[in-house]
Parts: sequence; C-alpha cells; structure tokens
Amino acid sequence: MKGNEAIAESVIRAGCDGYFGYPITPQSEIMEYLMAEKPFERTGMVVLQAESETASINMIYGAAGTGKMVVTSSSSPGISLMQEGISYLAGAELPALIVNAVRGGPGLGTIQPSQADYFQACKGGGHGDYHMIVMAPASVQEMADLVKVCFDLAFKYRTPVMMLSDGAIGQMMEKVVLPDPIPRRTDEELIRQCPWAATGKQKDRDHIIITSLDLDPAGQEKVNLKLQEKYRQIEENEVRCESIMTDDADYHFVAFGLSARICQKSVDLARAKGIKVGLFRPISLFPFPKKEMNEIGKKSKGILVVEMNAGQMIEDVRLSIDSHVKIEHYGRFGGIIPSPDEVVRALEQKVIGG
Amino acid sequence: MEQNYNHPEWHKPENLVYKRTDLLVDRPLSYCPGCGHGTVHRMLMEVIDELGAQDKTIGVSPVGCSVLAYDFMNIDMLGAAHGRAPALATAIKRLWPERFVFTYQGDGDLAAIGTAETIHACNRGENITIIFINNGIYGMTGGQMAPTTLEGMKTATCPYGRDVATMGYPLRITDLIVHLPGVNYVTRQSVHTPVNARRTKKAIRHAFDIQSQKKGLSFIEVVSNCNSGWKMSAVQANKWMEENMFPYYPLGDMKVDGVIVEPKSGTVKE
Repeated sequence: MKGNEAIAESVIRAGCDGYFGYPITPQSEIMEYLMAEKPFERTGMVVLQAESETASINMIYGAAGTGKMVVTSSSSPGISLMQEGISYLAGAELPALIVNAVRGGPGLGTIQPSQADYFQACKGGGHGDYHMIVMAPASVQEMADLVKVCFDLAFKYRTPVMMLSDGAIGQMMEKVVLPDPIPRRTDEELIRQCPWAATGKQKDRDHIIITSLDLDPAGQEKVNLKLQEKYRQIEENEVRCESIMTDDADYHFVAFGLSARICQKSVDLARAKGIKVGLFRPISLFPFPKKEMNEIGKKSKGILVVEMNAGQMIEDVRLSIDSHVKIEHYGRFGGIIPSPDEVVRALEQKVIGG
Repeated sequence: MEQNYNHPEWHKPENLVYKRTDLLVDRPLSYCPGCGHGTVHRMLMEVIDELGAQDKTIGVSPVGCSVLAYDFMNIDMLGAAHGRAPALATAIKRLWPERFVFTYQGDGDLAAIGTAETIHACNRGENITIIFINNGIYGMTGGQMAPTTLEGMKTATCPYGRDVATMGYPLRITDLIVHLPGVNYVTRQSVHTPVNARRTKKAIRHAFDIQSQKKGLSFIEVVSNCNSGWKMSAVQANKWMEENMFPYYPLGDMKVDGVIVEPKSGTVKE
C-alpha cells in the first residue's frame, strides 16, 4: 500500500468525521482514495473537494469548532496557503489533523520530496506565538499508526497536529498492518465529550463562542499564557523518538522522516567499515526530544545532522545539547535524496576527519 | 413626575407591546447609533426564536463591524477569519445537516477577500443561509473603499471619490450569485423603515424554511447605511442610501424557488 493510501484508510478507521482538501502533488492520492472508497457510505464520513487550500483549512476550522474529528492534507505550497487558518486553529484551540507531504521549495519549487518545511511546521508558520504538535513518520506503517495518535493528541490538547511527511514516504509502497476500525462518535457522544464545542445552545449552558479574538490586552495575554502552559505540558508528556544502535556508538546521525530511513542504511555501511555509528530519530519534532538528544550529545564523539534542507532541525539539536560535542550538518535540496554512501562520506569528512 | 417602571401595571401581559427576544444578549451593541446591524441582528434572532431553534442553530460571524456579533446573539457561534465564513458554514452544515447554519457578513468580507468562498459555497448549493450586509464601505477599519463603494463616493482610500477607471466598478455580487443553479433564494432588502425591516424578517424566515426543506442556498443582501463611515447623520445617511444606493442596488426578490425574477428598480416605499 502507498503511504498516502495508508493515511487515507487509517483516517477512515480512526472514526474521522470529515476530510476537506484541495489537490496538489505529491499527496492527491489521499483524497482520490477517500472518494473512491466512499467513506460517506462506510462510516458516514464527509469528503469534500474545496475550491482552495484556504477554503479547506477554514472548513476544517468550522468543523473542528463543532467538535468534529477532521483532517486535511496538502503539500508545501498549499500548506503555506493554510497558515492563516492554522494560526486561527491554534488561537481558538481547536483539534485538527493536517498532513503535509513536503516537496522542494521555495515558491512552486518542485514536486520531489524535501524536508525544507521543518521551520514552518515546528516554529509556528503563521502569525502569533503558537506551535502545532508535529509528527514525522519514516515508514508507511508508521504513517498508518500515527493517524490515531495525532487525532488523540489533537483532542487531548485541543490543538492542530501536523503529520510531516514527504513525497517519497507518501508514494512509497510497503506492507502495512492497518489499525482496527473505530466507529465514529454519535452527535450525543460528541456533545458529551466536547462541552467546549459549538453544537447548538443547550438550555443548561451559556452560548458557546469559538473565536481567537480578544481585544482586551490583559485577556489576550491570558490566552497566550494558557497556550504556552499547554505547550510546556506537551513538551513534558508527548515526546517520541527512536534510538538505533546508539548504545555502543562513537558517532551519531540525527535525522527524521525519509532522511532517517536513509541514515539507517548509512549506519550499516559505516559499521561495515569499522566506524561505530548510531542513529537518533526524533519522531515528534514539536515537542523536540531535547533530553534524549542531550543524553546522546554527552556520550557522542561527533554528530552529523542529515536533512533534506539547508539546516533546520540542526538548530533544535544544538539548542538541546549542552556539551561541546562537534555537530555538523549534511543536506541536499530541491528534491534530491541523498544516498547512504554520501551520508557516510559526509560523516567521515565533516565529523571524523574534520 | 417620574414613571415607576417597577409598578405591576407595567408588567401585565396585556400591556406588553414589545419585548426583546431572549436570543439577543442583554448588553449594549458595539454598533454606531443609527447603524442597521442592530436591526438585522434583532430580525434574525426573532426568526430563530419563533422557530424554537436556539438549540438547533450554529452561526458564523465575519471580520468587520459585526466581528462581535457572537457577543449579541445568544446562540452557539464561530468567528471566522476574514472572508472565510462560507467555508466554515459549508463544513458545519455537511457535518450537522439537521442544524440551521448561517453566515453574517459585510461587503468587504463577502465581496472582496471572501469572493472565492462566497461563489463556491453558492455554486455547491450548500444548504445554508448567507446574510450579507452591504453598506458600501469598510466600517470597522475606518471607512475605506469597499468592493461595493459607489462610483464617485468618497472614502478614506478614495478621498477624491471612487474612480472606476483605476479602482474598478462597484461589485453587484448578488447579481452574480443569482445565476448559480445551487442557489434557491436571493433577495435584496433593507431595514431603514419598519416596513423594510419586516420584509427583511420575512426574507430571513423564508431562508430558514428553505434550509428545513433542504432546497439549497439562500442569500439575503441587506443594503444598509454607515453614517459614521459616510460622515452623515443617521437620518441623512438613510436619505442618501435611498437616493444613491437603491438605484444601483435595487431592492426586491431576485430569485425565488430557483427561478430568477426581474428586480424592480428603486423600490423604496409602498
């Protein structure tokens, strides 16, 4: 199954209420799969092709404001168009899943895979002080598994969650074990579970207003302090990462998503040459696994951060590590996927030899 | 002598001539005195009250003067980003088909930044009601040119009058909406006299009935005044509106039950 199809099927099986999207390469299979699969008949899930990414994200905002479990997907240029809506989702504290199959930029860029939107995903992207929870799968299986995780986190913290994938993982075909289907919540269950949602004013409560507006500076500061408190809780509780052969390693690759997949092969190649290398893979990019990264930094002789960008996650790696270990970056851009060999050569030249 | 309004005589049901609907929150409106927004709010809330639909209605407010509409309407509401209300309403109605869903938008919100969302929600025939307040100006931001600003009309960003050669023509977006097959009901009304206000209320009621019958989109334009933005008294503004706005934006039904009707030009009074 293709990664994009695995996401689509897992979305249906997660009990999702609606998908709103706009076609863009390399992730159009998500909506294509949903339309062909007719979840509106299978589970009652709504699937709608919007007139733009701007409209899709605001459909998401409207649906999420009524407590519905909704998802959209796009790729870099489309995600740029969604930034306004994502900022509103964060400000109004609404749950939503946004899948980003990152492609090379800037501008129209290329349709080939890239990791150049790490900053946009993890550092806000839209206006205002906010974060999304960002999850970066490295396999089709992980894509399928993370869908439910992302929805749960979105509702637990009432926040937009992004699954940061890329053209390659979305298009990759792998065997996958799909999650068991969960029935969609009934409207009565939703009203009980989401007392904050605008579902129609009940006699026994005040009318509910979903908004990110507070014209009173003291009130708006309170909103911001509440958001920051939420982000600290997320950083405390929701870190996910994986360490591969790090226990005896002298040197370390740090990579997420597709780059981590490549680095896994590079670990094998380097070890065959007698270089003891391990791989540290952040799965949650926000919250970044700071403590775990720092532990690696303490025992490492040198770190190579491998990304398909000009050096974005490396900033979080440096901020996390308080020892003086050497930290270098190796990146390719514009849709070029680095080969495992060149990653090993980069380790030898930039970290070991340098 | 001062009246004692607490005297039981005042509160006998037979002496009650007007009561604010409970669906309007008891707080001062943020609108300028003389503005039409308050009247439209009242008409809308009265209709929802009469339908007994307080618990079955979800409203969407815009960015503009009526950004705080949710503070005055005692129903569940969402505040949309500028221009995006029809996108929100689309998703809400699709996921809550048994709820009444409406958007309440001004001319800048609906006919400039939100043109795409407006046209496409109408074209999909979403089973929602769009209430469009057209006062020919951006009120909240301080009286700048709107897509609906009339030719020659002076605003903060066209201080010498709207020059159509360089600034484009005033957009009759409702006239475009009429031709979309997904739209069931289109009407243009005003609230500057009691009779017009009653017609607007009737139009809103009809629009909500169309939602119940799942017949498609209903679109109500209310041509209104902005005495602050137009820099006139409320009375002058209403007169100016009759003389200048109504000829360009003639009142009356434009599409009923999916059939286009010819608008009567300049219908102001009986």
